[in-house]
Amino acid sequence: MSLKLPIFMDNQSTTAVDPRVVETMLPFFTENYGNAASRNHVFGWTAEAAVENARAQVAALIGGDAKEIVWTSGATESNNLAIKGAASFYKKQGNHIITVETEHKCVLDTCKRLQRDGYDVTYLRPMKDGTVTPQMITDAMTDKTILVSVMAANNEIGIVQDVNAIGAAIKAKIPKTLFHTDAAQAAGKVPFDVEAAKADLVSVTAHKIYGPKGIGALWVRRKPRIRIDPLLDGGGHERGMRSGTLPVPLIVGFGRAAELAKDEMAAEAIRLTALRDRLYRGITSKLPEVYVNGTMEHRLPGNLNISFAFVEGESLLMALKDVAVSSGSACTSASLEPSYVLRALGAGDDLAHSSIRFGIGRFNTEEQIDFVIDLVVKAVERLRSLSPLWEMHQEGIDINSIQWTPH
Amino acid sequence: MAYSDKVLDHYDNPRNVGTFAKDEGDDIGTGLVGAPACGDVMRLQIKVKDGRIADAKFKTFGCGSAIASSSLATEMIKGMTLDQAAEIKNTQIVQELNLPPVKIHCSVLAEDAIKAAIEDYKKKHASK
Repeated sequence: MSLKLPIFMDNQSTTAVDPRVVETMLPFFTENYGNAASRNHVFGWTAEAAVENARAQVAALIGGDAKEIVWTSGATESNNLAIKGAASFYKKQGNHIITVETEHKCVLDTCKRLQRDGYDVTYLRPMKDGTVTPQMITDAMTDKTILVSVMAANNEIGIVQDVNAIGAAIKAKIPKTLFHTDAAQAAGKVPFDVEAAKADLVSVTAHKIYGPKGIGALWVRRKPRIRIDPLLDGGGHERGMRSGTLPVPLIVGFGRAAELAKDEMAAEAIRLTALRDRLYRGITSKLPEVYVNGTMEHRLPGNLNISFAFVEGESLLMALKDVAVSSGSACTSASLEPSYVLRALGAGDDLAHSSIRFGIGRFNTEEQIDFVIDLVVKAVERLRSLSPLWEMHQEGIDINSIQWTPH
Repeated sequence: MAYSDKVLDHYDNPRNVGTFAKDEGDDIGTGLVGAPACGDVMRLQIKVKDGRIADAKFKTFGCGSAIASSSLATEMIKGMTLDQAAEIKNTQIVQELNLPPVKIHCSVLAEDAIKAAIEDYKKKHASK
């Protein structure tokens, strides 16, 4: 059997919608298209029942209660709502927020905006393996700290933080300091429970777990009740925290995707870890000077982020045109800066430029992995044969000893 | 980003890849420009015979456009006098490869590499 190309291996960016999810969604476009807020006819009632069912499904995935789910457009909105909403509501209690340098841009840029509005933000630098320790957080906490935001799993390097230990440490030091975690990458992939994490606010999204794009949720603790100011004013949907007509088909899809993720997570994690390790071993058994970014120990099952020394990432992506992966190279980003996540780990800029992120997901096969190994090995060997840095390395010249001219 | 056909051609079939043997010494000028931390390093070498560039070679660590720019640069300068080669402007490379604005720095680096190689050659000979 010949492989169908191109191969999608970028499942940390997004995922295909599972056909079982699509099937669940379809009737809500064409038959049950009511507005879930319509209280006076059967179309509305059917939509509302479906929304409430999905609310329970998403809540169950993270160990919460259905009443604690607020629908949003995705994790970016959830993170904005959690951080801005809590900062605004609790501003009389303090103005200090703690987060981590390797958070998603939507957390970092939200915090930067709050700084312009007079809040103090501490950006913690993680350890070289990508993790932050509970003590790093409690050391940064003051009696002004109203919120700590630490992601459960990182989108680039797949590092899974010990959010249970982090949540426990925060609450042990100052019980009223809120703990928010962006669980967009973790929920449905690794065990995550809002109670175990002692979390107050949790962001999740559908499209990372084989659900549709455009729907996410913010879990907001009810006991004790956590308050946030809304970003959107309007009809007072979602208990006033997020106005706007609910996208019922997307919500139904998110619910089904969450249900499948919960049921299949354990088996899928084993399968994806095996594929990931096969990819890693296949590449490193044939190529020297390959470095893993972040720890292999606490990592999402399908994630492999590696740097191929002396080869630039975008040129490697060109050779891998039949495989959809991503790179931390500056040339692939709009900002022309190499990955800030890899730089925060203390990887040299040269290794950040040489990084490739493989995101193995539900629909990838062993046959695809073997194909990718072969392609990567050939491409890296060819590009190294073109690389003056590789030649210098072969001759025993230390690249760092050369006086380069940054441009 | 979509690459132009010419960039893809040079990336797939780079011209004049390599390094001159060290014992060719005096006839060779070497330009090494860029920095690993910036994501591109070009090394361009010229072999000069009777005041003309008889041969040129390159190796590049960088994106596809950087590889293509240096590959094209070696093609352009072969057969030129040093003065002619020194006149090459990065805009000629931009035009030939249809580089988008975000890749113009690759062509600038290639121009710098040519000039650095010429300088190196001249320096070797001035000190004699």
